[in-house]
Amino acid sequence: MPTLDRRTSLSIFQRMLMIRHFEEAVIALYKQGRFASHYHLYIGQEATGSAVLETLSEKDLICTTHRNHGHIIGRGCDPNRAMAEILGRASGFNGGRSGTLHICDHSHGFLSTSAVVGGCAGLATGAGFGLKVRREPHVAVGFFGDGALEEGLVSESFNIAALWKLPVVYVCENNSAGAMGPQQGGYPTAITATDSFVRLPAAYGIHCLKVDGTDIAAVYAAASAAGQRCRGGDGPVFIEAFTTRWPGSSPLWPELATVTDLNDAWDPARISGPHADWSRHHDPVLRVARELVAGGHASRDELMARDNEARMRIAAAANFAIDSPMPAPASVGDHVFA
Amino acid sequence: MRKISYAAAIVEALSTSLAEDASVSLVGSYVLGLGPKRVLMDPLRAAFADRIFDPPTSEAAIVSIGAGAAMAGTRPFVDIGTASFSYVGWSPLVNEAAVACHMSNGAIRVPVVYHMLHGLRGGGAAQHSGSPQAMLWNAAGLEIVLPSSPHDVKGLLRSAIKSDNPTVFINHARLMDIEGDVPEGDYTIPFGHADIKRPGRDVTVIATSYVVQTALTAAETLAREGIEVEVLDPRTLVPLDQDLILKSVGRTGRLVVADETNLSCGIASELSAIVAEHGFKSLRAPIMRVARPNIPTPFSQPLEQAITPTADRICDAVRQVVAWT
Repeated sequence: MPTLDRRTSLSIFQRMLMIRHFEEAVIALYKQGRFASHYHLYIGQEATGSAVLETLSEKDLICTTHRNHGHIIGRGCDPNRAMAEILGRASGFNGGRSGTLHICDHSHGFLSTSAVVGGCAGLATGAGFGLKVRREPHVAVGFFGDGALEEGLVSESFNIAALWKLPVVYVCENNSAGAMGPQQGGYPTAITATDSFVRLPAAYGIHCLKVDGTDIAAVYAAASAAGQRCRGGDGPVFIEAFTTRWPGSSPLWPELATVTDLNDAWDPARISGPHADWSRHHDPVLRVARELVAGGHASRDELMARDNEARMRIAAAANFAIDSPMPAPASVGDHVFA
Repeated sequence: MRKISYAAAIVEALSTSLAEDASVSLVGSYVLGLGPKRVLMDPLRAAFADRIFDPPTSEAAIVSIGAGAAMAGTRPFVDIGTASFSYVGWSPLVNEAAVACHMSNGAIRVPVVYHMLHGLRGGGAAQHSGSPQAMLWNAAGLEIVLPSSPHDVKGLLRSAIKSDNPTVFINHARLMDIEGDVPEGDYTIPFGHADIKRPGRDVTVIATSYVVQTALTAAETLAREGIEVEVLDPRTLVPLDQDLILKSVGRTGRLVVADETNLSCGIASELSAIVAEHGFKSLRAPIMRVARPNIPTPFSQPLEQAITPTADRICDAVRQVVAWT
């Protein structure tokens, strides 16, 4: 079993806390009627994104999807501008043009954020191609859900990445366990005929790893190994990270929201409500908090202090977004072309 | 000036671009099609082997990879081959490359060139004769280039590769063998500058791509009848040189638009609408469109010929607008 040092595990946990509070604030803002449209949350997958992002350097490139909030916040992008974007404000990362679906902070290495299922895998492959052409020793990481594997573009991209040995890490965040529909072992049987997603990239000779997506040490080890392989010129890697779908995400408009309380980590008896089973067994934030304390990396008080700090930072981001002006209608035609 | 083929002019522009900028790459190297001119690419393949990649038959993936590589700061030239196959890669073209700059509020640039061979080529039938430029014009965010001569293709291709925007560069299979004057040195032709290929006082004929050549043939015939046609080639649809179009129609008062895209919502339709909306006062006759009818392209030559914007059809349309009172 891989283990993590104190600094690394706390850094990952910090990213996770920021993501969780950000997402819970998004739910609250939606309920207040602060923005239109459906939205997708990353709750339950924080350990995966945070541990992968922990392994990346500033120059590495990232592509994400409609479920991007976690990757944006986990990467350390400004939560003020991310929240403002979700509210469609001029001060948002993309001036209100992207909204929740396409948040993109290019200065932190993000490519265009594609809300077309599977779109991200092609773009990440292209970024890997760009890195190869320029002989740069960085990697391109594409985060996508297991639904992306239903798209032909993704299989085509695997083939080309393998043929040309492109430095691409495909991170498939399999969040199907607990989602709607019939399933077997985390695979939606009504949608996919395979009983293991790694069979697809493996057919092209892509190196594949399967990890528990709520285990930060396992994800960190897999992502580090993948990055090393890519930087060494050995071609792409596919990581399948398993998480269990947060029950609140079942409808497109997340309902049944609960607010995470770290005290639940060390006192599971106090967990109640509609998500009790998920919170006890599948919540990565509570799991990592519990492990950090058990492993002697941090005290409960220390984690509670961090939690409180993250909560306040996100509250400030929400206020920033609410107080930001809307974009001017006359600017609608700006930036169609560079 | 020396004369070289259209295909050779393309190779010169690609060669200069690859030599000039190490971030330029080719995804797909059968840019000249699979005809005899394809061997002109061989020296390029040898000289830039580390930046020329021939992909599998995966149009969606290569369009997407081109977009991603451009977002990552390189300048890929992606050859889709026959333009009808671009439909396989439509989503990354119109959903990713075209929108990324606007969607990111200008933070992301997508300096990719998508190259394809469009048009009626003689026996291409329904799945090898497509001209998707009108559909692409309907998708905001793509520059669209339609060269019609060896001189123009070289200068426009140099501009396309230097452009910071996603550019669809559409050649016509029938243009490859055409010879014309091409300067040996490097030059660019800026986008958004139409060119008057033949001046004339009586009727403006706007044509694009290979149909420019057809229109020039028609103009010769009509000149013998005493009708002086002005042949105007927009060269780029996006950006469009609306000013020169309106100026030309302002002089002639009559307009025929000849183009290979389908009639409905096609290039002829859009250009006609622009002139009707902004140049109505100049018009002394209704605008006529010579386009491909809304019929899938048939294989058999008499059938294919029946939907082709030929010189005869252009002549008929011109005679009608001249005779209109």
